[in-house]
Amino acid sequence: MLSTRHIIDIEDLTLADLTLILDTAESFKEVNERRIKKLPTLRGRTIVNLFLEPSTRTRTSFELAAKRLSADGINFAASASATVKGESLVDTAETLSAMACDLVILRHKYAGSPRMLAKHMDAHIINGGDGMHQHPTQALLDLFTMRERLGHLEGLTVGIVGDISHSRVAGSLVPALKMVGARPIVIGPPTLMPARPDALGAEVSYTLDDVLPELDVAYMLRIQMERAEGMPFPSVREYSRLWGMNEARLARMRPDAIVMHPGPMNRGVEISSAVADSPRAVVLDQVNAGVAVRMAAMYLLLGGDASDATA
Amino acid sequence: MEYRTKATVMDAEAISRAVTRIAHEILEANKGAKNLAFVGIVTRGATLAETLAGKIRDIEGADVPVGTLDISFYRDDLAMRLSPEVHRTDIPFDVEGRDVVLVDDVLFTGRTIRSAMDAIMDYGRPHSIQLAVLVDRGHRELPIRADYVGKNVPSSAKERVKVYFESMDGRDAAEILEAAEGGEE
Repeated sequence: MLSTRHIIDIEDLTLADLTLILDTAESFKEVNERRIKKLPTLRGRTIVNLFLEPSTRTRTSFELAAKRLSADGINFAASASATVKGESLVDTAETLSAMACDLVILRHKYAGSPRMLAKHMDAHIINGGDGMHQHPTQALLDLFTMRERLGHLEGLTVGIVGDISHSRVAGSLVPALKMVGARPIVIGPPTLMPARPDALGAEVSYTLDDVLPELDVAYMLRIQMERAEGMPFPSVREYSRLWGMNEARLARMRPDAIVMHPGPMNRGVEISSAVADSPRAVVLDQVNAGVAVRMAAMYLLLGGDASDATA
Repeated sequence: MEYRTKATVMDAEAISRAVTRIAHEILEANKGAKNLAFVGIVTRGATLAETLAGKIRDIEGADVPVGTLDISFYRDDLAMRLSPEVHRTDIPFDVEGRDVVLVDDVLFTGRTIRSAMDAIMDYGRPHSIQLAVLVDRGHRELPIRADYVGKNVPSSAKERVKVYFESMDGRDAAEILEAAEGGEE
């Protein structure tokens, strides 16, 4: 069983928790390959997707995971939520509690909001991404994909490339990698690094080309094009030339090294089309793993502790 | 809770004889091994299924495919705080149209078997599902009975019946266990 009631920060999990989630997700992945992709496991449980910040793929992934476990899922989108009418998050939490929800997945633009929700609800909480802070199930599905493709996690060198300072993906992945004994390196221009990159606990490199041959995984972060106007680099073209993953860079990596991306990809910016479509890019594997990992997280949170089963 | 052995109901020889008899009964009831497949419920049902398949190979010279099934996801008592840890399910054959023999070590309430039947149906539509168990200890809560039984063992609902296999436990035996004195029920 998990040692935690909620998955809010990756640090909520012990190494044993993390391994249990990945191992359980393997069984769910097998289910997702069956003709009938449905289990009765969480029948009668209510899972709420409270997405107060726009998201399509994460919400869909959680929704599919809940449906495949036979849970009753409810989606609250930002536009339809009472929060746009001025309701506070605490009021929303109390309303959902009164409706006897079992699990809430919260995406919110402010860091720390899932923690606050957890304080005001009996339900289990999964952080579906909070501001620039964390996105723990993304880190878990990334670890799952690495373990599946490379056979192990311990000792892997993983370069996380791009906008480190604004990335909740990096915020979760760096501690997750450290927990499993991998070596994270954050890579990007100084203008996209946090003020004190060493505080992340990862190695820091300001030149992608220098560390390329060492990497088992090049994890390309998305450049948020919607914010590109205010981006602290001269042009998207220059970013792509200095920091983008292209065929020439891929050729300089180890032959078995893989390229990852949390999606959605900006082809031609952080990743070239040729690399994105190559067998060494595992972006669709990540999406596939996402459903299985989220099924595992839901199952284990709602599962409870060990006792003898009746035969 | 701590348990101690109250009685050994099957020793290695008794288990070996029961497995041989069950293998013959399965072959007879199904007129050979042609359409058969075994699905063992993890963990000891899977071991027993492998043993039965080996026995049928000895008797008939036929290879019966063996799969393993973990029914954790199909149990109806997750809310009763069942351990959520799961093992791998691996059914490397098409169950469609097969005569599937579900194999478990102990038959008790019948809930595991009901869950296992649900799970198998999700893989396809077998021609038939049959049930083979080494020990039937009674106390059924659902209308389920085994087609092939190694031994019927009357037991108290408070007791446990535990099967040990050489490959997993270093010995073959079936024992009735009771709560050790001072142990909590």
